[in-house]
Amino acid sequence: MQTQDFFQTKPTRLLHLKGARVVDPATKLDKVTDILIKDGKIAEVGFADDNPEAEKIELTGKMITPGWFDMHVHFREPGKEVAETVASGCLAALNGGFTGVAVMPNTSPPLDNAGIVGWVQAQAEPFPVELQVIAAVSKGRQGKELVEMAELCDSGVRAFSDDGSPVGSSALLRHALEYADMLKAVICEHAEDISLAEGGVMHEGAVSTKLGLPGIPSVAEVIGVVRALLLAEYTGAHIHICHISTAAAIEWVRWAKAKGIRVTAEVTPHHLLLTCDECTSFQTSTKMNPPLREEADRQACLEALTDGTIDVIATDHAPHPVETKEDEFIQAPFGIVGLETMLGLCLTHLCPKHLSLEALLERVVFAPRQVLGLPQPSITAGEEANLTIIDPDIDWTVNPEDFLSKSRNTPFAGWNLKGRAVGTISKGQCLMKGDRA
Amino acid sequence: MNPFPHKHLLGLEDYTASDITRILDTAESMREVLDRPIRKVPTLRGITVVNLFFESSTRTRISFELAEKRLSADTVNFSSTGSSLSKGESLLDTVQNIEAMKTDVVVMRHRSPGAPHFLSKHISSVIINAGDGAHEHPTQALLDILTLRQKFGDLKGLRVTIVGDIAHSRVALSNIYGLKKMGAHVKLCGPATLIPRAAETLGVDITHSIEEAIADSDVLNVLRLQLERQEAGLFPSLREYQKYFGLTRTRLEKADKPLTILHPGPINRGVEITSDVADSEHALILNQVTNGVAVRMAVLYLLCGAKQES
Repeated sequence: MQTQDFFQTKPTRLLHLKGARVVDPATKLDKVTDILIKDGKIAEVGFADDNPEAEKIELTGKMITPGWFDMHVHFREPGKEVAETVASGCLAALNGGFTGVAVMPNTSPPLDNAGIVGWVQAQAEPFPVELQVIAAVSKGRQGKELVEMAELCDSGVRAFSDDGSPVGSSALLRHALEYADMLKAVICEHAEDISLAEGGVMHEGAVSTKLGLPGIPSVAEVIGVVRALLLAEYTGAHIHICHISTAAAIEWVRWAKAKGIRVTAEVTPHHLLLTCDECTSFQTSTKMNPPLREEADRQACLEALTDGTIDVIATDHAPHPVETKEDEFIQAPFGIVGLETMLGLCLTHLCPKHLSLEALLERVVFAPRQVLGLPQPSITAGEEANLTIIDPDIDWTVNPEDFLSKSRNTPFAGWNLKGRAVGTISKGQCLMKGDRA
Repeated sequence: MNPFPHKHLLGLEDYTASDITRILDTAESMREVLDRPIRKVPTLRGITVVNLFFESSTRTRISFELAEKRLSADTVNFSSTGSSLSKGESLLDTVQNIEAMKTDVVVMRHRSPGAPHFLSKHISSVIINAGDGAHEHPTQALLDILTLRQKFGDLKGLRVTIVGDIAHSRVALSNIYGLKKMGAHVKLCGPATLIPRAAETLGVDITHSIEEAIADSDVLNVLRLQLERQEAGLFPSLREYQKYFGLTRTRLEKADKPLTILHPGPINRGVEITSDVADSEHALILNQVTNGVAVRMAVLYLLCGAKQES
């Protein structure tokens, strides 16, 4: 398996994790202790005597949390394997400390039927990553006809999205919500009014005016979000708003939650940490959709993350090879990679300033799985071991050359961060980063 | 003389008033060259300039080419039709290939804002922006400013209104940056759909009334209106535009003194400006064109001088 090129695997039946701070908000656990893992299951949480048969991993000063989950990634396979494959995406996830990901279906061809979904699931099989496929809402992502949603749910799909675009019409979104609700699945909406956003390459405002770049107005997102919320209310179904980025749209989500509409929302690390001022040098690693917004929007995202209006932090990991991304701003594709920077960014810039550790774990471990209706990990005897091992004190500098993703398109290159994933345990495999184990 | 403090001319946003003044002063000496019987000096002998025009242009391309020839530079012209770009080669590859043939200066017109900035990070030639999308067209603004300086002596306090399609205009943005640095008051006039929402953040006044613009200005810089904006739903018709925003003699006669008229060309006679206005003694449109050659000679001279000294 390719993971061995990058990680030390510990295939032992009995694993003794020694001396880490173990944090699991679900069981109100937060103490320095040991974890004993037998055959991939947690056998014991608590100080254990040395067992000569156990493989011991010394983790003093490290932190163990339930496995992180990124519910919004693009692995580009099939179609754009030069940017990312399921295999390289899984490695990037593991390197970033994620034991689970949900892949978006805007591949070529799109993930819109059980056959191709099964094929993608099979590509992830060798990796200790829980890979959840989000299937397209419409056949071919054309926005016209629903995919075979029931059969897809039988293949393990729990969510549908035409991400990259909003669902083609309000009528189709309505029917998608009704049909998904019957199946207890969720629709993840890329909320955007296309006619307002079309042609735009960055947030419309003072900076786009100064640069002469065509703008994407905030109101394009707001209209998309309001449409989604009203249809969720009308159908009673659950809608999940992808990568929310504007203060005004957040206001509407807050309104909807207060009204009891079944809505959840996610935000990306870059919308929490960067603004459109970053675009001034025409650097294409600042080009993504939704675009980086203004400082007031960023503050609104942070506030909504703190007060729970935003449920999930997800990366919108969007790999692009250097030959397409390193181009003129208008020409370059939207999107940045995020899997290998999110954990460090969260620990450095969000926790504890905006989120307690428990609240952070809620948004990166539990809430994403809850949105997708997946079982929750728990650090309890008898449970499957699904763990992220973190060195919370390590200072490191983001160097895209170190990424295991095939792509390097990040605006965070050169950032100094504190805290990094050093290992993961899931699906019965323990991966520790070689040089740090 | 101090070396010129810039390697490239990407835009006027990062030039100071003294940089601009230096270009204008140099351009005045260049104008003298243009008035000689033999209009050629050996200043840039041995320097190779590539004119890369990825968007069609007549006057800017010819103006640059003449400026280069007057300074005895070797010039090569490249336009996107028939180039490798149509074969899928990237801008960067194209320019790197040309540079590998040992050239010194790249003059580029491109549809993408920031395209020259992008190139400047990857190649070592001097880059002169001849228009990047709706971003900047610095030599146009410099020749506009030179024309106004010749007429008014000083731009401090001069009231200049830019009329027309501001939102899609590189001429407008470079003029705003340049004029404000030289102390002029800048106002924008046009239909609301053709003025960026955030335009006031550029430090300009905005009006939607051509009458008000005429009453409050010393100079009108009239932009070309493109029919494709009507097709994009940004204004109802050329007819209506002409009726409410067109510059006519009747409108201008209401001013208490004659206004100076600039236009970057090419003119849509009868749309944004009527012929009698465009051809009047107060329109400096052909002076602008002559000044264009002088300004481009000055820019080439100053940037290549900086290159040789560094």
